Amino acid sequence: MSMDIERRESPEDRRQPFSKVSKADYLQLYYYLFLTRTLEDRVTALYRQGRIVGGVYTSHGMEAISVGYAYALEAGDVIAPMHRDMGAFLIRGMKPKEILAQYLGKRTGPTKGKDANVHMGDLKRGIFAFVSHLADNLPLATGAALAFKIRGQSQVVVANTGDGGTSRGDFHEALNFAAVRKLPVVFFCCNNQYAYSTPLELQMGTPDVVDRAKAYGIPSEIIDGNDVAVVYVTAQRVIKHAREGHGPSFIECKTMRMHGHAEHDSAKYVPKELLEEWKRKDPILKVEHALKTMGYADESVLMEIQERVKKEIDTAVEFAEESPLPEGPETLEGVYAETLEEVHV
Amino acid sequence: MTTAISQEVTYLEAISQALDEEMSRDERVFLLGEDIGPYGGAFRVTEGFQKKFGDWRVLDTPLAESGFVGAAIGAAMMGMRPVVEMQFADFISCAFDQITEVAAKNHYRWGAAVPMVIRAPYGGGIHGGPFHSVCPEAWFFHTPGLKLVAPSTPYDAKGLLKAAIRDNNPVIYFEHKFLYRRAKEVLPEEDYIVPIGKADVKRTGRDISLITYGAMVPLALEAAEILEKEAIDLEVVDLRTLLPLDQEAILESVRKTSKVIVLHEATKTGGIGAEISALISEYCFDHLDGPILRIAAPDTPVPYSPPLEEFFLPKVDDVLRAARQLATY
Repeated sequence: MSMDIERRESPEDRRQPFSKVSKADYLQLYYYLFLTRTLEDRVTALYRQGRIVGGVYTSHGMEAISVGYAYALEAGDVIAPMHRDMGAFLIRGMKPKEILAQYLGKRTGPTKGKDANVHMGDLKRGIFAFVSHLADNLPLATGAALAFKIRGQSQVVVANTGDGGTSRGDFHEALNFAAVRKLPVVFFCCNNQYAYSTPLELQMGTPDVVDRAKAYGIPSEIIDGNDVAVVYVTAQRVIKHAREGHGPSFIECKTMRMHGHAEHDSAKYVPKELLEEWKRKDPILKVEHALKTMGYADESVLMEIQERVKKEIDTAVEFAEESPLPEGPETLEGVYAETLEEVHV
Repeated sequence: MTTAISQEVTYLEAISQALDEEMSRDERVFLLGEDIGPYGGAFRVTEGFQKKFGDWRVLDTPLAESGFVGAAIGAAMMGMRPVVEMQFADFISCAFDQITEVAAKNHYRWGAAVPMVIRAPYGGGIHGGPFHSVCPEAWFFHTPGLKLVAPSTPYDAKGLLKAAIRDNNPVIYFEHKFLYRRAKEVLPEEDYIVPIGKADVKRTGRDISLITYGAMVPLALEAAEILEKEAIDLEVVDLRTLLPLDQEAILESVRKTSKVIVLHEATKTGGIGAEISALISEYCFDHLDGPILRIAAPDTPVPYSPPLEEFFLPKVDDVLRAARQLATY
């Protein structure tokens, strides 16, 4: 049996992750967590008011994952996110006003009204747009990593999918190709225990998702997806590993989907006790506690950040609401790329 | 090198030449697919390529079409120009999702172009049976955002592949296996492309427009020679590009002849011939002097045994019969 399959559970950085995160970074992580939560809460409110006509899928309660991995990336790196990765969009530079315009179907959104919710991307900011068919983004991530490898560049790609997505062939095909070619890509999986209404035990015959990744000879580990410091410190380490040419890693982040699959879904199929249990593990509460314990922030510092975020979101909503809708005939634009904007990521 | 100039090149060699020249011209072009490296591909299109261009520009992939088409899309978005080889067009079904959902919609959704070519060796007549003979173009014909080309001659094969590689969109390049070593001609020495979206009249005629593509083009030309002796003058329109269709070329020919046969090797129901037929009746009804006739394979999988496959594939006789029928109008 091959021994290069590492299961690096409980390494040292898991025990005291906060000791590896500077005060400035910790506060910045808090800002992004709070920004993500506030933005998505506002999106949910707009949906309930009927002002957002399409589906709304949030990362409520699992924001630490995309905030943690995206914060560990450098300019020029690429992400292939899933639909619960709002934090990554924000960290890669997508502005709340653009995101809200996208939800409202406005011309000022990144897809100019062509696509909905988090189906947005921007190559200049190294963001691949999410595709609803979960795990479709993983082969794309391997391909981007392949481009970096062919060109001898040192950039890294991070892809994320859910536990449900790991049942699809594209997950397996992507991991296998990345492993065979030792590509600079890191695969995250937010295991939030439900794929829409289907619980994990009806999704896979193994207790953990990492068991699937291990089959491809990819170093894999399980971490607490609700602790942003853990996610960030782990991401830093495996991204460095990939950047140095040692190939892919797989990180399973244990978490819980605290809302329905989308906001129309009351998720009555999830046991109340499970939600209660995970509510106590809320990633924002966790950071607030850590910041205070470390003496990095007191209540007034946190309030200041919260106020700043609320103002930012208010301004963004105003921008989105005042933005024009596209005109009907714009439907016909953009089926083909007439010219190609050169992208040198 | 004067002897080389007049040397005939097969359809397969024309494809090889196009790949070789484009890889030499543009270092962003790279190849990926099954067994294309040291082995040189199931049909030997890329023989010697890995030696010439290196391991990372000619990549053997795991047997996973969705995975490597997806990888090609990702690389294309990063500024590369991947050319994917499907070992047989039949296997493209495994990559259907990546092609129709990701590649085709990408630019429309968020403005990210996918300059990628998928080479799809397709078609029957080689005793390949149900899994090595399909003409799957209609599956993709209904997908906005893709371009589909299907050359019938070495000249077009080379020029269209070069155009496809230089195009900024996902292009499926249908190369007909039956033509690989049968179609031969002398090619220009200089660099040229055949523009995507332009049909070509392979034979000018006054009486009937025969609209076709791929391996049916030489069959149509053979039928035309026979019909000429019966004073039926067939015009053979080779579509070359299936998507976007060259509507104007089709309608122009029909306006001239007033009679139409649409011929394809793919099965009949919901085939490309149905769309062409609809286009003509929609825009050219007043010019028609007879019914629009379709010749296509029956609605079955492609069978293996020679008498079955022969029955399945459209034949010269089918064209003769249709043309004689139309001549009575």
